Amino acid sequence: MKLNRRAFLGTTAAAAGTIAAPVVLADGHSKPRVIVVGGGAGGATAARYIAKDSKGEIDVTLIEPTRTYYTCFFSNLYLGGFKEVSDIGHTYGKLAASGVNVVHDWAVGVDRDARTVSLAGGASLPYDKLILSPGIDFVDGAVEGWDLSSQNAMPHAYKAGSQSELLKAQLVAMPEGGTFVMVAPPNPFRCPPGPYERVSMVAHFLKNNNPTAKIIVADPKPKFSKMALFQEGWANHYEGMVDWIGEDFGGGNVSVDPAAMTVSIDGEETKADVCNVIPAMKAGRIAELAGVTDGNWAPVNAADMSSKADPDIHVLGDASQQGDMPKSGFAANSQAKVCANAVRGALTESKVFPAKFSNTCWSLIAANDGVKVGATYEATPEKIAKIDGFISQTGETSDVRKATYEESEGWYTGITTDMLG
Amino acid sequence: MAAPTRIAAFVTGLVCLATSALAESGDVEAGKRVFSKCQGCHQVGEEAKHRIGPHLNGLFGRRAASHDDFRYSKSFRRAGTGGLEWHAETLDTFLENPRSMASGTRMSFRGLKDAGDRANLIAYLRTFSDDPANIPEADPTARGTDHDLEPTILALKGDPEYGEYLSGECVTCHQASGAGNGIPSIILWPEEDFVVAMHAYKKKQRKHPVMQMVAGRLGDEEIAALAAYFGQLNE
Repeated sequence: MKLNRRAFLGTTAAAAGTIAAPVVLADGHSKPRVIVVGGGAGGATAARYIAKDSKGEIDVTLIEPTRTYYTCFFSNLYLGGFKEVSDIGHTYGKLAASGVNVVHDWAVGVDRDARTVSLAGGASLPYDKLILSPGIDFVDGAVEGWDLSSQNAMPHAYKAGSQSELLKAQLVAMPEGGTFVMVAPPNPFRCPPGPYERVSMVAHFLKNNNPTAKIIVADPKPKFSKMALFQEGWANHYEGMVDWIGEDFGGGNVSVDPAAMTVSIDGEETKADVCNVIPAMKAGRIAELAGVTDGNWAPVNAADMSSKADPDIHVLGDASQQGDMPKSGFAANSQAKVCANAVRGALTESKVFPAKFSNTCWSLIAANDGVKVGATYEATPEKIAKIDGFISQTGETSDVRKATYEESEGWYTGITTDMLG
Repeated sequence: MAAPTRIAAFVTGLVCLATSALAESGDVEAGKRVFSKCQGCHQVGEEAKHRIGPHLNGLFGRRAASHDDFRYSKSFRRAGTGGLEWHAETLDTFLENPRSMASGTRMSFRGLKDAGDRANLIAYLRTFSDDPANIPEADPTARGTDHDLEPTILALKGDPEYGEYLSGECVTCHQASGAGNGIPSIILWPEEDFVVAMHAYKKKQRKHPVMQMVAGRLGDEEIAALAAYFGQLNE
């Protein structure tokens, strides 16, 4: 019976897109229950919108292990000295006060037949709809010589917080004229302009504090997001400091030795004073444990972000495989609102409106030199498909770049308020 | 009628130069040019009415946030209740950095950093203050919003519930509280102004690429829905 029902619902959801089947609430309770795993840009937004818009008709529980959430967006600005670490840290108090049951624990398992989530602390929580927004984990063995046990010697700093502070401390302690090496990740990965904004921010810091230092980037890709804009900025602001080694020059042929602090790039060994290893990524582990991944990511239906493997599970943000949107906080926030609207419609009688998605990613290259890229998207039966987009131009005036940076600061306040209240 | 008033103001200005009374030392004609930065939101003059911001007739000596028929930010209402009155000195401080006097103001304006610009603007506004009836009909200063939209588009009544859903896309950047730094407030605008602005982005008359992109795919009904929703949003 259960298998038949699942197969039936899966087909219906895939075919009809937005139309939800009537929900049978788990174990006869009266109020529908939504569990959200992961309190980042996707999960926190979904939890907040469902709680806010259902006005108490739906019980919403958010499971998030950390008590302070550090945004990955703007964490590079912290490395560059434009923000303090406290500027990018946020607590969940307002979300709790607005009616979301915030549980600080790890989700360690999902029983899809019983519709329960088990927590590391021992509890098992029932759900009618489960929203997974776990962000990313790293692919084992992606960079030869590196694993999580080496992350103190060679930080990834691609989950913000203590790793960001560690990388900053290493940057500050770099010897005069030292070498900063970044091992950049292959596609697809969280925040496509992120590694290159980081290079810019590290260069900014070094220019002011250690001007003879060098930056080497080993990149397995032939090109990257906003490439012309970043390369123009590096030439303008940090001439001769950044050496980007792309795929054509063996940037993908890399191994590291964290004990010796050496990096081998296409057979040539370099001594690194700081080595920032950003390995290949995959969906956060709980998506795999729930059995909704196919390969490294969790495929979803574009109309409502529901999993292609289970109509009662939705996957948001970086962990999802949705089509054309980049893995960004803005995108996760956008997807969360579409998902929240669909989940509310499925569990109560609220109206379900058609999906609309958008994204804009700002990056800072130097003080008051901001650039951006963005696009709008729609849901098609196959995927989230790009409609229209724009990107900052090379050679823009300093006034335009300054306004773009100021806009990014406004956006930061906007999105964090939209996520956490 | 008006000409004497202005000359009087100008003469007073000359007299007061040495006493550094900022407002009265400004150049009215230059101030009119500075006002072009304000007139996207504020009107002043004979037919002036409230738009995104309140009209600025009779400003001098008036308590802040004292028009009953304009919806001010909480922050401004507090400032008014606290006794803020508009005079040359308070206007000068406010115009230099609006947030200095009302941190939650919805006036999305970074401020006039040039003291001369401020003095000229204050002198210009001063001419609309003693008695607005003195403003000559032949010398209109208020520029109405550019309404080249089909009347049927302006007449659309938006569905605020749909607007609330659509607003999700807006509030990632524009805060629902009306606060704004780097990104302007869009709440409590007259619906017509909101509709006109969105269609201007849609037609690429206004330049911002993000807004052109966002507005570009919104239909007339959707823009009306957003205008209805944000127009009634409480702070």
